[in-house]
Amino acid sequence: MIPIVYNVRSVVQRPVSTALTALGVGLVVAVFIGMLALANGFRAALAKTGSDRNVVVLRKGADSELSSGLGRDVVSIIAASPHVAIGADNRPLVSPEVYVLIPLAKSFDTSQVANVVVRGVSDQVWTVRSNVTVTEGQRPASGRAEVCVGSRLVQRFPHTGIGQTLHFGGRDWTVTCHFSAAGSAFESEIWGENEQFMPVFRGEVFQSITFRLKDPAAFDDAQRALQDDKRMTVDAHRESAFYAQQSQLLGNILSFLAVVITGIMAVGAVFGAINTMYAAIASRAPEIGVLLTLGFRPTSVLVSFLAESAIIAAIGGILGCLFALPLNGIVTSTTNWSSFSEIAFSFRVTPQLLVAGLIFAVVMGVLGGFFPALRAARLQVVQALR
Amino acid sequence: MKYLRLVVANLGRHKLRTILTILSVALALFLFASLRSVTTTLAATAQFGGARRLVTLNATGLVFPLPLAYGNRIKAMPHVTGLSWANWFGGKYGDGKRFFANFAVDAESYLAMYPEIVMPEDQRQAFLKDRTGAIIGRRLLTQFGWKLGQNVTLQGTIFPGDWTFTIDGVYTPTDPAIGDDVLIFHHDYFDERIGRAGIAGWYIVEIDDPARAPAIAKSIDDMFRNSSSPTKTGTEREFQASFATMWGNVSFLMSTIGLAVVFAILLVTANAMMMSARERTGEIAVLKTVGFSDRLLFALVMVEAGALALTGAVLGLGGAKLLYPAISFNGAGFLPGFTVTTSTLILGVLVAVGLMLASGLVPALRAARLPVVQALRHVE
Repeated sequence: MIPIVYNVRSVVQRPVSTALTALGVGLVVAVFIGMLALANGFRAALAKTGSDRNVVVLRKGADSELSSGLGRDVVSIIAASPHVAIGADNRPLVSPEVYVLIPLAKSFDTSQVANVVVRGVSDQVWTVRSNVTVTEGQRPASGRAEVCVGSRLVQRFPHTGIGQTLHFGGRDWTVTCHFSAAGSAFESEIWGENEQFMPVFRGEVFQSITFRLKDPAAFDDAQRALQDDKRMTVDAHRESAFYAQQSQLLGNILSFLAVVITGIMAVGAVFGAINTMYAAIASRAPEIGVLLTLGFRPTSVLVSFLAESAIIAAIGGILGCLFALPLNGIVTSTTNWSSFSEIAFSFRVTPQLLVAGLIFAVVMGVLGGFFPALRAARLQVVQALR
Repeated sequence: MKYLRLVVANLGRHKLRTILTILSVALALFLFASLRSVTTTLAATAQFGGARRLVTLNATGLVFPLPLAYGNRIKAMPHVTGLSWANWFGGKYGDGKRFFANFAVDAESYLAMYPEIVMPEDQRQAFLKDRTGAIIGRRLLTQFGWKLGQNVTLQGTIFPGDWTFTIDGVYTPTDPAIGDDVLIFHHDYFDERIGRAGIAGWYIVEIDDPARAPAIAKSIDDMFRNSSSPTKTGTEREFQASFATMWGNVSFLMSTIGLAVVFAILLVTANAMMMSARERTGEIAVLKTVGFSDRLLFALVMVEAGALALTGAVLGLGGAKLLYPAISFNGAGFLPGFTVTTSTLILGVLVAVGLMLASGLVPALRAARLPVVQALRHVE
């Protein structure tokens, strides 16, 4: 085998060319990681929204909370169901919810309006949704025009500080608290009491009912019992599955874009790498001739040049990871078209993604190096030395 | 021109390398054109739509309806020449995986107000006479394999149940804002099925003079300011633009990625081109010895770099320009009227020229300044 030091030295010998190729590969890897981190972050925000232990009930056929509608009779049927967990105060853990979208102007540019979710909840919701915690202030008091604002809305929209007043639905609402929900989509919502929201929005109708399962394993039984109940026409979804399904459309678009864009980029970069390696090998033909004369086998030459190409690509991969790392945690927002609401989420650069980026780089290097390395291995000694 | 053969011969020396270089430039510019077109298409949606049409919505939010009684009051206002209304239906077809817009409209006034909806006169008449009829954009024919005259059943998500419509007409929109993947049916039938007459999702108001739009919009909103449902009125263009802004930072991300893509591939390509030029040191020295001037050698190397970059540009930009209309791409409905604009093509060519300079300048200067004696010694 030709010692790897030989390749490392050759790479160092032509620093400009190595740097350019590595930088090119690095940018491809950075885009690859960045786009997948975006799709990842979006999926994670919605996946974390739902809990395995909760069930969301919507009107039959409704594919989102926006298009659903349930009467008070349904709430009482569900509250009486044996599948619903009972809280410490002996009341069923059920939150019948009003769900509407309101246009809110953004802080930095008031001509940009986003559709923000306003959710009317029952006082049980803080127990039903265990990932939600009030970070600052007091929960809205029952019977008063007060709201609690999700933490991701606070910086991006005006009038969301505690004690300030938000105007929507034709009324003023005092912000009494901020809440966080482990990075989930709830953090992009405004919560208030359902009974306060009903008269100002859609009247005597709830959009969804969320309850805690008494036995998380018994979801199928609960679903069957509710959907077969002749007194109502509803669909029951496991909360986690429901929100995961809400992320499907945009999540798939983002992943698809990531694959297509980086795929095309990768092909371009591989072509570039092939050219660079061909040129490198052409200019080092006498050197290769010497190696072969010294008795190194063609296979060793092949492996050696593959390794060299992989080293350059790996440097690029590391550069790409370094470029992509600062993206982690950056908050961005877009409209989730499944629910038509704006949702804020952060780029999530995970260790797995970084490893995938590195592997991607090395694969590009090996692919780009293979044919040139083959050419090197097949050089005729006499010709190469001349 | 007599030197053209020399350039061609040089390009043909390493055929594989030449082809790969051209292809990687082509891929970079294809991606550049595609990504930039996403941004320009989103930006252009604000230019679509009639200047003489206003849209009136419930100020509380998109999902809240307006009383139908507002219609007569708006129609009676000065400078208002026409009025129609519509209601979002939100039905899905089949497994519901493929989203498409469908809504109920007051057919006669709606079609009169939208000359951009073009279809044969007999189909228009058939639709107007058929209460359970519907018209669809041309794209839905291929998307779902529907045919003219067929009955199609949608599942209502907001308004439950199975809704069956007869396809009476297939239209081709002349303005991308209209959308060619839309199903439109009668508001009367909608009211009858849901048993809730007297409600409109949004109003479309036609005015006599686009210059008066802001004033008229304001007087409509003022009229209903203290009513149960205050309104928000804007031009159709503003309405379209608000949808584009809903993407948030996504279009900014697209342009950033576009830049990174171009930069990455160009780096790699420029490097490969420079390396292959470097191999020819000896040859250039020979050319100099036989009397080629410095200036001529400079030009020859630049022409070679330019030929590579521009061939790649023509392939990549031309490919993008031809491919998208050929597959009638509209980004799964999110990017209606997706086109590669002339400004994108010009920018693409400029990028190619930049690449020519970046990859050609260093070797060309080297060739021009090369001391012959030293270069020939190097060869030995």
